[in-house]
Amino acid sequence: MELTQLSINQVQEGLKKKKFSSLEVVGSCLEKIKKTNPKINAFLTVCEKEALAEAKKADDVLNRQLSPLEHQPLLGIPIAIKDIFCTKGIKTTAGSKVLENYLPVYDATAVKKLKEAGAIIIGKTNLDAWAHGSSGENSDFGITKNPWDENYVPGGSSSGSAAAIAAQMAFGATGTDTGGSIRLPASFCGVIGLKPTYGRISRYGVIAMASSLDTVGCFGKEVMDLAILLQIMAGADGFDATAPKLPVPDYLNSLEKPIKNLKIGLPKEYFAKGLDTRIKKRIQSVVENLKKQGAKISEVSLPHSPYALAVYYIIQPSEVSSNLARYDGLRYGFDRTFFGAEAKRRIMLGTYTLSSGYYEAYYLKAMKVRTLIREDFDEVFKKVDLLLTPVSPTLPFKIGEKTADPLKMYLSDIYTVTANLAGIPGLSLPAGLVSNLPVGFQLLGPQFSEELLFQVAYQYEQKSEFYKNNLV
Amino acid sequence: MIRKKSKLSENEVKHVAKLAKLNLTPQEVKKFQEQLSEVLTYVEVLKEAKTEKTEPTSQVTSLENIFREDKAKTSLSQKEVLSGTKQNYQGFFKIKRILNNS
Repeated sequence: MELTQLSINQVQEGLKKKKFSSLEVVGSCLEKIKKTNPKINAFLTVCEKEALAEAKKADDVLNRQLSPLEHQPLLGIPIAIKDIFCTKGIKTTAGSKVLENYLPVYDATAVKKLKEAGAIIIGKTNLDAWAHGSSGENSDFGITKNPWDENYVPGGSSSGSAAAIAAQMAFGATGTDTGGSIRLPASFCGVIGLKPTYGRISRYGVIAMASSLDTVGCFGKEVMDLAILLQIMAGADGFDATAPKLPVPDYLNSLEKPIKNLKIGLPKEYFAKGLDTRIKKRIQSVVENLKKQGAKISEVSLPHSPYALAVYYIIQPSEVSSNLARYDGLRYGFDRTFFGAEAKRRIMLGTYTLSSGYYEAYYLKAMKVRTLIREDFDEVFKKVDLLLTPVSPTLPFKIGEKTADPLKMYLSDIYTVTANLAGIPGLSLPAGLVSNLPVGFQLLGPQFSEELLFQVAYQYEQKSEFYKNNLV
Repeated sequence: MIRKKSKLSENEVKHVAKLAKLNLTPQEVKKFQEQLSEVLTYVEVLKEAKTEKTEPTSQVTSLENIFREDKAKTSLSQKEVLSGTKQNYQGFFKIKRILNNS
């Protein structure tokens, strides 16, 4: 078995027992990147020299100290960072030519916390420019390709992070999710992606897209890895006023708990017309798995779901137009002529819906319907503990298939935007393959219920052994 | 419900571009006119939703003001802050004139 196939948890064990060194672990990832990245373009920057130097330092600590992983759980372990997180001294582009040469002078809080936990930054991953996109095709630095089949998109906007995990070029990766940008690529690439509760992880140092929706999260191969990563990154830092000072629970504690009698709802609106029947079938097999473990499955309703995408495509571009107003090329980066087509489209749309005479009809109306969507979830979580839904209505699509029709592309987010509008956590997990392409499902829970999502996901993982489907 | 096509005019597209400080080519104006109209037509579905008694949601986790002590903390140095700019003058950002002499 190659080192790169291991999970974070297995690398921790191996380092502890001195089965291999951090230098070997980092070396194996770099080798994989050299072999695979020219084909799939998951990384925009690879920090080879720095990562090797960090690995040597980590090995020193591992050899000298008794149990350093207890204080630094990611000591010597390579992690990939979406190129929208500021990394001190490492180019941070947000996938846009506007920031082609931007060199941050500070680390995003999520990055700082990962580094403090001993993680080695192996590189910065590709994305749709400014995280605008569902396919990865809006990157100004070339498309990321799906490692399962290079003719297909990996999903976006955290395209490079999902592809890097699927192709085993890193053991964990960060992402951002404003309308599905973690969950969609996770499902298209057959890996696990977590969009935590709004505010659970500080967004300080993450280039803003739509501030009432933006959420920092992560990718991994196995459920335990996601719990480890969230544990490290979660919590208020005093720099993001939307991160509440709630205690961070021990996310590894709940994994082993059985799910007997847990109530799981299937929202009927997510299984209606428009969902590929092959995906529906895969999800039914997931439901069967959970039923066998004693979970109580029932159909529920989120009646305002049909409005969610329209609400999202008003609120999100409105906030985008405001956040991208700061890029004037004066303090850093290039001027506004460097914006790509999708950024311009969203800035235009948002400027229009916020402009005088249209604000009430569009933005205010959307914020009101957002309340109805949020209340749907409040109601449904009185009846069930969590929800199980598809992530995408379609299988991964071919590169170029939807680029000419923005509205068609936007429809890819139809099952994911609701979690952002309601601020609830969503965990995307593999549900098997159709025509050798990955299919995902998502678990949605009430705000700050990440423990419960991990518990159900872990129990499903143990019984389905989906990780055996990993690409080799 | 009758769906009226809310088509943006070419002039509206140009006006919005001006507000957003974007320079569009004539081809872009045409393309955006069509694509933005399509999205604006799609979102009209919201007219069906009853919201007369509904309050808007702008913050989802019910947080209110977060305070901290009014104490200065160390921040970035002037050199660091200016490290990304192409034009600076005596420790300041140098920008184009926005007001006339008069």
